[in-house]
Parts: sequence; structure tokens; C-alpha cells
Amino acid sequence: RWRLFSDLLYKHNFSEIIQRASKIFVSHSQITRLYSRFHSLDKGENGALSREDFQRIPELAINPLGDRIINAFFPEGEDQVNFRGFMRTLAHFRPVEDNEKNKDPSAGEPLNSRNNKLLFAFRLYDLDRDDKISRDELLQVLRMMVGVNISDEQLGSIADRTIQEADTNGDMCISFSEFIKVLEKVDVEQKMSIRFLH
Amino acid sequence: MESYLFPFDNLLCMLLGISFTVWFTLLLVFIIVPAVFGVSFGIRRLYMNTLLKIFEWATLRMERGAKEKNQQLYKPYSNGIIAKEPASLEQEIQEMRRSGSGLGGAEFDMSDIFYFCRRGVESIVDDEVTKRFTAEELESWNLLTRSNYNFHHISTRLTVLWGLGVLIRYGILLPLRYSGGVVTVLCFSGRMKSFLSEKVHLMCYRICVRALTAIITYHDSENKPKNGGICVANHTSPIDVIILASDGCYAMVGQVHGGLMGVIQRAMVKACPHIWFERSEVKDRHLVAKRLSDHVADKSKLPILIFPEGTCINNTSVMMFKKGSFEIGCTVYPVAIKYDPRFGEAFWNSSKFGMVNYLLHMMSSWAIVCSVWYLPPMSREEGEDAVQFANRVKAAIARKGGLADLLWDGGLKREKVKEVFKEEQQKLYSKVLVGGEED
Repeated sequence: RWRLFSDLLYKHNFSEIIQRASKIFVSHSQITRLYSRFHSLDKGENGALSREDFQRIPELAINPLGDRIINAFFPEGEDQVNFRGFMRTLAHFRPVEDNEKNKDPSAGEPLNSRNNKLLFAFRLYDLDRDDKISRDELLQVLRMMVGVNISDEQLGSIADRTIQEADTNGDMCISFSEFIKVLEKVDVEQKMSIRFLH
Repeated sequence: MESYLFPFDNLLCMLLGISFTVWFTLLLVFIIVPAVFGVSFGIRRLYMNTLLKIFEWATLRMERGAKEKNQQLYKPYSNGIIAKEPASLEQEIQEMRRSGSGLGGAEFDMSDIFYFCRRGVESIVDDEVTKRFTAEELESWNLLTRSNYNFHHISTRLTVLWGLGVLIRYGILLPLRYSGGVVTVLCFSGRMKSFLSEKVHLMCYRICVRALTAIITYHDSENKPKNGGICVANHTSPIDVIILASDGCYAMVGQVHGGLMGVIQRAMVKACPHIWFERSEVKDRHLVAKRLSDHVADKSKLPILIFPEGTCINNTSVMMFKKGSFEIGCTVYPVAIKYDPRFGEAFWNSSKFGMVNYLLHMMSSWAIVCSVWYLPPMSREEGEDAVQFANRVKAAIARKGGLADLLWDGGLKREKVKEVFKEEQQKLYSKVLVGGEED
């Protein structure tokens, strides 16, 4: 019961974790900090987080889109996320400047590219993961964000207007490329990035 | 056979006799006598300063060891690990829309989701609340295994020092403190009932304090709580009670407990009139308020000691004060208590450790060093309701003790956050949408 954090660092072969993790998050100190955070969220101490572990964070529980964000950590049909998955999801929020340090040409598109950040946001809207946002899905997400404060009719017209403005191929849904077009002037890199202080 | 055992027997008896005498003398000289007369030898301060020098040395060695291996030491930072923008929901969303489509105050923008998304992920990486319910991480190592994160950077010399530390803490400090504690409990029990006065009460608490090697600095004693008032303080551990009660007499309020706590409670009741509630009575807020008001109205009764947070917090912040004690309408004497975590973590993580485990931790740490500030008395002002008054007192305590002032409820340690806070966020966002329409 007096288990040390450092004990776990050793047991789970931390140096190996850092090696593999440094492809995702370059800085060792950031990886260690995230591991420490992962460990403190993991109340069951089984090396994986469940949805309940996330919901225990009060600031996340009061976030209107809290459940959608939590969902983003869990791959299709799974209930547990391990440290690697935790880091991969968080890596989307690395600032784009960080990529300067990791010039590995074989790595492919980094998780924190503008495109991937937009894809992350797109998936928050796309409830059934069919790569397009239908009117229904947009309505559901809007409802999550406004609660009971706006009527169905008003919300419906907001959704219709939004789809009208974005939809270019007339299928009454927003595809990912249409999504990118609508947001082309927004500073995604800044708004979807988290900066570590150290 | 007997001839073999005889010399050993003698030797054993002699050793036992000597160690018992030494230990008993130490107990008497350093703990009981000074407590009775209320004097101090200044030895504890010397002890404290020596320990600090040793801790610094230990940390430097670990840093050196880490550098040699070309690795980095894990350094905990209590001020947060990511940069968070303090802007409000409305500000950020409007700013985002302005920079994007150039139209501020538009009805709905698909980019609105970025705000909630980033805030959510920020709270996953580092939030303000959950870290308050575990012990604070230290920046330098204090030779206690329980607070070490860089185990593999320890050299031989450090290990020896640590081993010595273990011997001292478990071989000398622990038995000394345990016996001190036993003496205190004996003092409190029935025998002394008829002779107990304020002085003896104080003496018992002082024995306890010295037994725990608690080095307490009291500031601004002119503001000490007086009869007919309520004393409120931030709560970190059950030891808060001992610390405050060794410098003044208070009436305690609380639930009747079973087990070890129950025994102590019953012993204390014999000394002074305290206010204990049954579990069922606690739910009846009117009953509680009535009993407290009655006690306060009687000017001859001692000031009531209350911890409005309702639970133990880890001493880096002050969490929401429950408004009950602020509704009574009498003078409130705020007290700020700040522990120095370098000598031993005073915070009781009740979800992880039971009372016995916690006492063991306490008695085997180096010392308990804390500062107590008595703040000037406060009363509820005109047009201020109980909640605002509570927040004002909380802010004053947080400012004095150098703690973060949080609005979150300490009850979040065990319970889920109330839905109403999510509804507030939704309301705020709806205003942004609907407000845009009116343009």
C-alpha cells in the first residue's frame, strides 16, 4: 500500500516506455509528467483508465462536451485505455512548434498537425463515426452544449443554417473536407494546443 | 546449561535496565517537564535547521547522480504543469470567431467546439481539484521513502544516511512519541476529572505537541479567539485540533465516532463541555444551528472550533467553506494553519490510509512544523449573506497562509460534482448563441 511511484516506474519498464513514447511526445520530462498523471487517475492501479476514472475529474465532468472528449480516448468498442493510448490522444494537442525538434521523415504526418487537430474536432461531432456530420448528429452535439436553454425549433434552425453554409456537395451532411473548408481561417494550431510550462 | 545463561541473563537485564532508564529520562526531561511549565529549550529549532541542511545536501547528491547517468530528475511542480488561459467562455469564443470568419457575435460557429475541447483536455492533463486530495509533492527529498520519486538515483552515501534516518525515526522518535501519547491519554482519563482546569487541559495538549515533535509558530496572538465566538480554520489533519488546542481552550464540534477516535472523544468530554452530535442529528441542520447558537450565546462558554471545509485537504489550497457556521451571526475568528511539508506530510488521505496507519506515518516522520496565524475577528456585514461571508473569510485565510483559494467543494473527494455546475456552463454558452441573434 505504500507503493512508490518510482516502484511503478521500474516495474513497468519505464525506460522502454520512454523510448517508444518519445516518438509520440519528444520531451522526457513531459512523458514522465503524463505518466505521473496517468498513474494518479488510475484509481484501480491496473495500468489502464476507464471512463469512470475520467469522470472523476470535476472540471471535465462539468464540461458540456465532457463525455464526447472522454470517448475520444477509447478506440471503437473498448472500455480501457492504456498509457500509450492516453499519450497518443493527448499528442494531438502538442503545439505545432514542437515538431521542429523531431525531424524524422519516415514518421509520417505527426499527430499534432493542423489536419489531425481538425480531425479530432470533427470526430467530436461525428457521433457514429461514419465520416460525415448529419443534421441529427449536429443537433445532438448542439443540445449537449446548450442544455435546456434553447428551444428545439431555434436549435433546429441553427443546425440547418450551419449545414447550408458548409455543405458544398448537396448531401445535407458535412464531410471532413467541407469541415476543413469552413474552418480554413481559424487558428486551429493555437486553439487546439496545450503548452507545458517546463 | 545454567552457567551459560547466567552471564547473558545479567547482561541482558543490565542493558534493558539502562535503556529503560535513559528512555524514561528523555521522556521526562524533553517532553513532560517543559510541557508542564510551558518552557522551551530551543532544541527543536536546532533539530529543524540541521534537518533542512541535510535534505538540501541529499537533493544535490541526487542531482549529481542523475547528471552522471545523463538522465533527468523527476521534479514535481505544484504550480501546475501546463499554461492555462484565464479568459472566460464568452471572451474566448468571441475572440475565436472574430479571428476566423471576421464576424464577431455570429450565431453559431463550428469552431466553438475547440473551446470546450481544449478546456476538457487541459483538465485531463492537470486539474485544480483532484490534486488537492493527495499529499503534496516535494521539490527536494526529505529522506523518507514515502516521498521519493527518484529512487534509482541514490548513491551509497545517501542510502547510508537514509538507513540512519530510518533507525532514528523508528528506533528513537517513534517509541518516544508513542509513550508521550500514552501519557496524554492517561492524563485525560477519569482520574483527573475533578482537578481539570484550563491549565491542566493546556498541559495535556502541550505534552502531545512535544511528543509529536511539533514545532509550531503562533503569529498575531492578540487575535486569539475569545468566548462567545466561533473559530474557523482550514483543515489538513486531525492534528490541527491538537495544534490549536495547545494554545487556547476550545469547545469542539463533531460527530460521535467509534473506535479509537470515540475513546479520545469521550475522554475529552470529561474535561470541557464539547458539542458532539449523533450521526442522525447531523443531517438536521436546524438542530445543529440551534445548539451552536445556544452555546455561542452563553458568554462563559469556550469558543467553538469548526473546520468549515468538512474534510481534510492537502494544505496547498482552501476549498469551499460550508455556510452553516456562518449563518449563526456571531463573531468569527479565522485561523490559518500552514504545515511545512519538508519534515513530514501532515495531510491525512483518509481514502488511502486509516487512522492507525496515519498515526504511524506521523510518529515516524522527522517533525511536524507549522505556522498558525490568528486573523482579526470578522462579522457578517450589512447586505452580505452567509455564502458571501464564508467566501470572504476563506479568502482572508487563503491569503494569510499562502494557499490557493478555490471555489470547489472539498466533498468532491468522495462525491461526484453536482449537475448544476454543468448546467451553468451550458447556460453561459447559450447566452453567447442567443445574444448573437439579437444583433
